[in-house]
Amino acid sequence: MNRGEKGFGILVTFCIMFLFWLILSGFFDAFHLIAGVVCSAIVTLICHGLLVKGKSQKMFLKSVRLFLYIPWQLWQIVLANLDVAYRVLHPKMPIDPRVIECETSLRGDFALTTLANCITLTPGTITIFVEPGKGKFWVHALAKEPADAHLVDKTMQRKVADVFMEW
Amino acid sequence: MISAFLGIGLLTVLTILLCSYRAVVGPGVFNRMAAVNVIGTKTVVLLVIMGYYFERPLFFDIPLLYAMLNFIGTLVFAKYLERGELCSW
Amino acid sequence: MLLVDVIVTILLTSGMFFMCIGAIGLLRFPDFYTRLHATGKCDTLGEGLIIVSLIIYHLFHYPGTPLMAVKLLFLIIFIFIANPTAIHAIVKAAYRRGLKPWRLGERRR
Repeated sequence: MNRGEKGFGILVTFCIMFLFWLILSGFFDAFHLIAGVVCSAIVTLICHGLLVKGKSQKMFLKSVRLFLYIPWQLWQIVLANLDVAYRVLHPKMPIDPRVIECETSLRGDFALTTLANCITLTPGTITIFVEPGKGKFWVHALAKEPADAHLVDKTMQRKVADVFMEW
Repeated sequence: MISAFLGIGLLTVLTILLCSYRAVVGPGVFNRMAAVNVIGTKTVVLLVIMGYYFERPLFFDIPLLYAMLNFIGTLVFAKYLERGELCSW
Repeated sequence: MLLVDVIVTILLTSGMFFMCIGAIGLLRFPDFYTRLHATGKCDTLGEGLIIVSLIIYHLFHYPGTPLMAVKLLFLIIFIFIANPTAIHAIVKAAYRRGLKPWRLGERRR
């Protein structure tokens, strides 16, 4: 990673930290602004490698597509939580748990994290283990229908691959 | 409206008591750790509702902080239970 | 004002319903992995609904401080990212330590 990308990472991290300071404090006089700049600078110098890992291609386009993907995901969360509520309250408790393994075509860090988070958020599945080199997921499924929707249909994997353009 | 907040707060305390049964009984350490994580999450909700019930909306820097502490505590415990040590020095 | 009260009450009740489902699932399910299914997800959604209703309440009853609503929005985003990650960390630790999942027809653990 050359110096240009590192400088870009430091700048983006500093801007995000200062934005958080402004929103969380609410005071806009000189003392608080200068204190905010000093604190953001100290935090950025210590841990700039954690948040932004340099410049990747087409970052703005990926952010916009991620922003548009969130409402569909929220609707899926609500639908599937109603399904889990049905399974909890039913007197016979129709569950049939199993562990399945699925392959995806995603390789980047952020894309794998987003898919693992979305799998854990939609009820019926929990991510157990992720292999970053080959894009394999071990998933614990609650019943047959969520497992099938994940193995056979592959709707969520296709949508996340669309967001990050890693087919 | 304010009395609705009191009812919701009491219901949240009831669910916390239900979860603490699993924290006491649950066979093994993993059940207990999951129950403690759930109790921490419900405490955050309880704090926010109490902030509105006592009409002090400036109260919720505290739930934000406690949510972060709960998350980091759970991650540290999970890492220790997985590897048997926290850092390999 | 009445419409705002009705919307806030509906959202609060549905959020509370999901949190009760989470607590009941923690008691009823037969195995560690299935219990985490119930709580980790219903809890997150229930909390999201409750805090959304409190955002609407705040915007109408305390109109002088809109930055508090942004703080509550940060809380929602943080919970939606942090809760599934903590659940995944616990499940991964249990799987690595050899805790076997429950199949249909076995005894309750």
